[in-house]
Amino acid sequence: MSVVTLAFYLFAVGVLAGGFFTVLSRNPVHSVLWLILAFMSAAGLFVLLGAEFIAMLLMIVYVGAVAVLFLFVVMMLDVDFAELKAGMAQYMPVALAIGIVMLMSLGLAYGDWQMADGAAAARVAVTPENTQNTAALGLILYDQYFLIFQLAGLILLVAMIGAIVLTLRHRDGVKRQNVLEQMWRDPKDAMELKDVKPGQGL
Amino acid sequence: MAEFFTNTNLGIFLLIVGQCLLIIVPLLVALAFLLYFDRKVWAAVQMRRGPNVVGVFGLFQSFADFIKYAVKEIVVPAGADKFVFFLAPLVSFVLAMAAWAVIPFNDGWVLANINVAVLYIFAFSSLEVYGVIMGGWASNSKYPFLGSLRSAAQMISYEVSLGLIIIGIIISAGSLNLGEIVHAQDGDYGLFSWFWIPHFPMLFLFLISAMAETNRPPFDLPEAESELVAGYQVEYSSTPFLLFMIGEYVAIVLMCALVSLFFFGGWLSPIPGLPDGIMWMFGKMFLVFFIFAMVKAITPRYRYDQLMRIGWKVFLPMSLIWVVFVAFAAKFDWFWGTFARWSVGG
Repeated sequence: MSVVTLAFYLFAVGVLAGGFFTVLSRNPVHSVLWLILAFMSAAGLFVLLGAEFIAMLLMIVYVGAVAVLFLFVVMMLDVDFAELKAGMAQYMPVALAIGIVMLMSLGLAYGDWQMADGAAAARVAVTPENTQNTAALGLILYDQYFLIFQLAGLILLVAMIGAIVLTLRHRDGVKRQNVLEQMWRDPKDAMELKDVKPGQGL
Repeated sequence: MAEFFTNTNLGIFLLIVGQCLLIIVPLLVALAFLLYFDRKVWAAVQMRRGPNVVGVFGLFQSFADFIKYAVKEIVVPAGADKFVFFLAPLVSFVLAMAAWAVIPFNDGWVLANINVAVLYIFAFSSLEVYGVIMGGWASNSKYPFLGSLRSAAQMISYEVSLGLIIIGIIISAGSLNLGEIVHAQDGDYGLFSWFWIPHFPMLFLFLISAMAETNRPPFDLPEAESELVAGYQVEYSSTPFLLFMIGEYVAIVLMCALVSLFFFGGWLSPIPGLPDGIMWMFGKMFLVFFIFAMVKAITPRYRYDQLMRIGWKVFLPMSLIWVVFVAFAAKFDWFWGTFARWSVGG
């Protein structure tokens, strides 16, 4: 068995075990940690496929940012996860049905991509020659699909502004700190120096 | 013999293990002396003597500390989540070490010469927050938990500006490979061809962000002893604590290496004519570490809201504007092409 096969099985087991225990573990924090294992194993699989850029993005975005937020939420919110978990047997059939539907659509998509007539011709964005694949990704994304890329960014921006608007509240009667005002303040206006004679006071 | 190391699986494995040890062992030994140096600088600024008992001038103080930590008893809090409690220091130590795999010490002297090296470093430094947050949570105690929450927020905030600064460098160098980034700084003018001149304002932002990212004073709020005892490390003792501490210092030295690679031309010699080499890299890292030590010694600790304000309201807009500026400067060849260096050396 070559090293690559060994690594593949290691990562595959990692993804499966991670996903499985994310659902099953009793402690929500452990769930998130298992989820992180799944993400990292998936990143390993991407590296084996030669998509190192996607692998690193998966690590930075999902493990480095999204999962940290999950951890935050799980640690901070007072949700009774035991109660949520208690209903698991009840929802199992629905979950299984959704899982099967997703598996089928993934299978269909992959089958189409590989076997349908004219699928090869439909893959418009052919990898540019003589570049590393990160550079090739950049060239395709920013040259050919620039508008779509910008649109995706715009959608994210709108979502971000929406989240900020929803949580931004101005309350009256709360003292706020204006840092610039504090920095530009002249010491002469702020305090007065007095020469106090001993035994006399002011 | 050479075929054994290049052709057979076992040979390749042994070769890689050997290379890893070649990085880790000198790094840990150097770390012992850097710790000593850090304390000596700190002591000198405060007009104390610092460690001066173990060995000549106290040179072996770090080794004595190591033995002391290693033979202490490991105390586990009663309510702790044992598995996560011991996983946290391991995560913190292993991730800090793993990031060194892509650091080039000299032309071609790198364990894994991958073309997404910058992203790799970035991924691993963004994972380091897990060691802290897991340690704080698993201790099942108030101070560690507060410390770990602070730390997580702080590290995530400063990663954003660090990433944007690095994007500016990447635009200038035209590559994600650290070796290529150094090659792009190779020029006829020695130290004046390096990126610290075109990217001068970002050098300061990077240094400050690096201090905040590695929880280094004046931004050591996760372990602010006047407020949180020792933050996420309160419940740790013995070797797990040692792992946390080594992990933290390795991350700091890694940041020193990154500053010298991104801004000071890595192994390139500052004076044209002198040979390039590994000693320049070490010299630059040492100088940056000295700056870190001095900053620790002479600055008071920030307040938490000030830290967050600087990160989000000052550094983030500045580095974002800088990325846009660098992109224009590189595209339209402003400033005699100093921002577009991808055709120079690499």
